Amino acid sequence: MHIPDGYLGPATYGALFGVTLPFWAFASWKLNRTLKARQAPYLALGAAFSFVLMMFNIPVLGGTTGHATGTTLIAILLGPWAAIISVSVALIIQALLFGDGGITAIGANCFTMAVVGGLTGYGIYRLIAAGSDIKSRRRIVAGAIAAYVSLNVSALLTAVLLGIQPLIEISSSGQPLYAPYPLAVTIPAMVSGHALLFGFVEAAVTALVLKYFQRNEPAMLA
Amino acid sequence: MHERAEEHCCCRDFEDMTTTKKLWIGIGILALLSPLGLIIPSLFGAGGAWGEWGAEEFYKLVGYVPEGMQKLAHLWKSPLKDYAVPGHAQGLARRGLGYVLTAFIGIAFTAGFAYFIARVLGRQNKKK
Repeated sequence: MHIPDGYLGPATYGALFGVTLPFWAFASWKLNRTLKARQAPYLALGAAFSFVLMMFNIPVLGGTTGHATGTTLIAILLGPWAAIISVSVALIIQALLFGDGGITAIGANCFTMAVVGGLTGYGIYRLIAAGSDIKSRRRIVAGAIAAYVSLNVSALLTAVLLGIQPLIEISSSGQPLYAPYPLAVTIPAMVSGHALLFGFVEAAVTALVLKYFQRNEPAMLA
Repeated sequence: MHERAEEHCCCRDFEDMTTTKKLWIGIGILALLSPLGLIIPSLFGAGGAWGEWGAEEFYKLVGYVPEGMQKLAHLWKSPLKDYAVPGHAQGLARRGLGYVLTAFIGIAFTAGFAYFIARVLGRQNKKK
């Protein structure tokens, strides 16, 4: 889901920096008001967890791979704004140090995986878990469903960003300038792997870690 | 996930640890297991993620590289491209070792960067 440099045209990656920036600003403002200094280690943990989880590539039919992101789990434990910041940090380090995702696509990748992933996952979790006891089974199920849906929404959005390129970025001779695949190719390619496999991995990771917190650190779920 | 196995062990030391310390151990275990994310795909003959090909791979796939992509693709030279230590590229075992190393490097950078942001943002709330 990490879009590399050269796949998105300037109009798209520019716009996505523009869209993501206010979310970063709002998340920072929000954390500035609510984050206590002693919670700083948790933000670091969240970023490191997301980073290392994304290294677990899982093969899928068709010779490609994918991975979970941990975004929904972090959003449940630390709140959506802390999740946006910590997953964005992981994505920025991945782009700068490891060439995983392009630097021009940092805005786009942070928008799909951190912003949309975090807010969708958190919203669905809260909706399903509303009013349930901290130690209830419903919380685990809510986390799993939220994680599955969130990852798929992120994947779909990535597919749309890639798929609109041949519509909006073409040379004077009609050749695609950036990613050449139409929506009819990008959407099935991106969504199939996430809907059939990676989404379930994301759900399982989220459910298992939530279960650990229910048993050992229930205060984190309050 | 891995914390669950730890939880059943009888050592009281682990019980007494702070939450963050336990979670850091969990992340350390994940980093040590990270080569699975390299080895398992290679057992299945799977390449990278869909839509994350470099310009060279792209050429092999479709027979040409779009003009704009050609220009942007090499905009940035990442020091540890593809989670590999430079000059350490041959053989799955050595690549796996490089993968663990870059996992720890990446964890140090992400955690450090996030911690810095959190300290700056949380500064006014220190007294709370």
